[in-house]
Amino acid sequence: MNRFELELKNNNFICSECLRCKKLVWPPSDYCDKCFGNVTWRQISKIAILLEYSYKGNECFGIVELEGQIRVIGAIQSSSKLQIGQQLILKKCDYDGKAKFVFELQEDTKSI
Amino acid sequence: MKKVGIASSGMTKFTKDDISIESLMVASVKPIFDGAKNLTQKDIDVVLTSTNSNEKYLANIVSELSGISPKTAHSVESLCNSGTNCIVSAYAYISSGLADVALVVGAEKNDSPGRVLNWDMSRGQYGHPIYWSSLFTSSHIRKYGTTMEDLARVSAKNHRNALNNPYSYFKHSYSFEEIMNSETLTDNVRLLDCSMTCNGSASILLASEDVINKFTDKPIWIKGIGQKSISAGFTKNNDLASMRSTSLASSDAYQLSHVSPSDIDVVELHDAFSICEIMALEDLGLAEKGKGSIYVKNLYETNDNRINPRGGLIGAGHPLGATGIAQTIEAYQQLQGLSGKRQIERAKTALVHNMSAAATSSTVLILQS
Ligand SMILES: [Zn+2]
Repeated sequence: MNRFELELKNNNFICSECLRCKKLVWPPSDYCDKCFGNVTWRQISKIAILLEYSYKGNECFGIVELEGQIRVIGAIQSSSKLQIGQQLILKKCDYDGKAKFVFELQEDTKSI
Repeated sequence: MKKVGIASSGMTKFTKDDISIESLMVASVKPIFDGAKNLTQKDIDVVLTSTNSNEKYLANIVSELSGISPKTAHSVESLCNSGTNCIVSAYAYISSGLADVALVVGAEKNDSPGRVLNWDMSRGQYGHPIYWSSLFTSSHIRKYGTTMEDLARVSAKNHRNALNNPYSYFKHSYSFEEIMNSETLTDNVRLLDCSMTCNGSASILLASEDVINKFTDKPIWIKGIGQKSISAGFTKNNDLASMRSTSLASSDAYQLSHVSPSDIDVVELHDAFSICEIMALEDLGLAEKGKGSIYVKNLYETNDNRINPRGGLIGAGHPLGATGIAQTIEAYQQLQGLSGKRQIERAKTALVHNMSAAATSSTVLILQS
């Protein structure tokens, strides 16, 4: 496993960030895709915005955006009806050959 | 730039029979020679293979098995639009003057490694294509009020069209009701909304305007080409209710061919899932945004088969590397007036739309008689 996968497995979502222009490079890469600057690892905020979702059986999955730049598909946990634009929290991430992300609707958060 | 035309074609039936990729490829090369007059192995300058197979050196292997010693032989891989991208590569060899005659051979096995893009970690644990298609569908429903009935009509129409395609994977058709009641994969994608991977091969012979009349009396010309790659990863699609690579590729193809959407008589478009046909009709400019479903409903109710006459991917099956070539062969035969029961009357201009990995890339070809 590489650094990114190891950190995911430790429930830590990190991403490469350009040292020169500060862009988050997602999926992680060795160089910035905007300016080819060198990158460093940094922790990603756990706050995500829900962009779209669907269900497979009782399991909700959706595409979310973190820090206005990183989009991933993850499992969405919620006890109430979801709305696009709602704020979610990254509850858990993992790696078992595939990246895994679980997001949760915070009942007291307002939609944006 | 030299004009480039299609001079011959060959297909195998789409199946799940156990057969090697090399045998599949040669099986669709044979009818190329049967169908072209005066064609000998010595005429062929370029052999290109289109596949996601892990087998190596296939263009050289197929050349050897076919008794061809070409100047140029290599593979083209781009997941589901390998086929049309391979045709564009062959076109470029000929139009530039590097070659006069190119054989393009596509094939895939149903267990192809091209079915899922493992690199795309932004899909998380939802790597299978049904997940991106479900999110496209959610978004199109939200934005335009698309219904499950609208989606079922795409599949019912294409399965019905495929009944007249002797190369189709399916031996029988599926009705609107069967599709509505088929196994639920996600909330808005049913089993019969999906195209099925299968074994199949399709080959096409391209030639320059200088030599094409030696091989055929009815050449069909490639007049427009558009290709666009937005990204590799699904999550770089900004608007999930449209396919940007498709609209950009088609606008280039229309411009190059001096053709507008209203001039198109027959279309083969990339219905990997039901939602893809509705979105493609809109992004190719054939239907207004949000009106793709109504367009399909009209086709379905009037038995109009000008969109995906061979059944598309849903009706005919989807052997990835062969698909774009099979689509182009349908357009070629329609413009030659040789499509039998599938024939669209007085078809003069055809459009082929082929895409990959959640429309992160698209290829559009415009053909004319
Ligand atoms: Zn940078």
